[in-house]
Amino acid sequence: MNNLSVDHLIGIKDLTRQDIELILKTADSFKQVINRPIKKVPSLRDITIANLFFENSTRTKLSFELAEKRLSADVINFAASGSSVKKGETLIDTVNNILAMKVDLVVMRHPNPGAAKFLSERINARVVNAGDGTHEHPTQALLDAYSIREKHGDDFTGKKVVIVGDITHSRVALSNIFCLQKLGAEVMVCGPTTLIPKFIGELGVKVEHNLRKALEWCDVANMLRIQLERQDIQYFPTLREYSMLFGLDKKLLDSLNKKITIMHPGPINRGVEITSDVADSDQSIILQQVENGVAVRMAIIYLLASKIERN
Amino acid sequence: MEKRIILNSRHFEITLKRLASQLKENHHLFENTVLIGLQPRGIHVLSRLKKILEHDLKKELTCGQLDITFYRDDFRRREQPIIPSVTNIDFIIENKNVVLIDDVLFSGRTIRSGLDALLAFGRPKKVELLVFIDRHFERHLPIQPDYTGKIVDTLSSQRVSVEWKETEGEDKVVLFTQENKNE
Repeated sequence: MNNLSVDHLIGIKDLTRQDIELILKTADSFKQVINRPIKKVPSLRDITIANLFFENSTRTKLSFELAEKRLSADVINFAASGSSVKKGETLIDTVNNILAMKVDLVVMRHPNPGAAKFLSERINARVVNAGDGTHEHPTQALLDAYSIREKHGDDFTGKKVVIVGDITHSRVALSNIFCLQKLGAEVMVCGPTTLIPKFIGELGVKVEHNLRKALEWCDVANMLRIQLERQDIQYFPTLREYSMLFGLDKKLLDSLNKKITIMHPGPINRGVEITSDVADSDQSIILQQVENGVAVRMAIIYLLASKIERN
Repeated sequence: MEKRIILNSRHFEITLKRLASQLKENHHLFENTVLIGLQPRGIHVLSRLKKILEHDLKKELTCGQLDITFYRDDFRRREQPIIPSVTNIDFIIENKNVVLIDDVLFSGRTIRSGLDALLAFGRPKKVELLVFIDRHFERHLPIQPDYTGKIVDTLSSQRVSVEWKETEGEDKVVLFTQENKNE
């Protein structure tokens, strides 16, 4: 099968295992491309892509833009700050105005869960969700899976991945859980009771509140940031206490009886969820994740672009 | 579907040897020459020629595999996207003589994409084209081979398949003709 089963990338929940494997395989080819002397291919030269960021982003935005440019697409960027959104324009009006400029594909980050789905049902362009509130962040999950696959091999069966931190407010966690489970890996979440959703066990993940036990169980640990901007109430006493109980330092890492792989979707709060010496250690693949992000996003855009109707 | 063998295994081998000799004639010791096979089927021609040439010259040749999927001009004109193969060129072709190798030359569009894709690896001094089968009536672009295994006269409705003993069990070239129900 050479085609995705979906027309938009809204969430990993909608993808099949074959879709995920197709994206990862296509990303292999793009990883080769971005490591050549000339890092650009002409595949999408007749396509226009709009990057709509209604929420702050550094890595994801740059990564998408680079991916689009390396596929030779025309790119327009939009950031909510400094736009008419502040003057009271609705999402659908903003987007329709942008689409009137003949855009074929929209990459959108939005603070409201479901925004990408809402958009995909109302506009005549392909939509890629670059994060919608606390719901999903599918491209991050795919690049995480790609990075794990690069380090641990094609077969995810029985691979153990723990996601540590603020699970309640993390779209990365939810997308990662869906993605890894579809590929056959086992997933555990670890964090303070207040930051783990009550019924998360129903997704088939293990729950652990002791970081050492979680790390001893896993092959890969994905350390998440505390999303202070999404927390309306206080979920734990202080950052210092969180860091003492759920922060990963070199001493803890070295005391484990195996070498686990450390991941982080960024941005890192050094000294909170992981210390600098862990983030920069040889077990960390944080910077590889960033490089792989471009290749994976190229693959997603390439595969979705083939579904754009020709005028 | 009518099936006719247009090159059997004996002639297949003779043709490969002739192509190897023609390459040797023009490139002598291959000091500044690299051979690049186009994915997915041109790499079979490349590996056989490489074997013959390395045996004759008693030296290793610089060879690569080039995938042209992202350089095609029919993206979004097909029902399904093509899944790319591996590109394996771990050298720079700057100022080198390049021989592009493919199995069947048909419309010439693959070769055009191949020329585009090559540029990502540097500016070659000269590019030549070697094809095993040339369907010379079917060209869409002004592209002609420098070395040809066999020229065949075909209709666009026919299909030519080059089969290899490594993958299909026997060396042969087969011409398939769609039977016309009206006749």
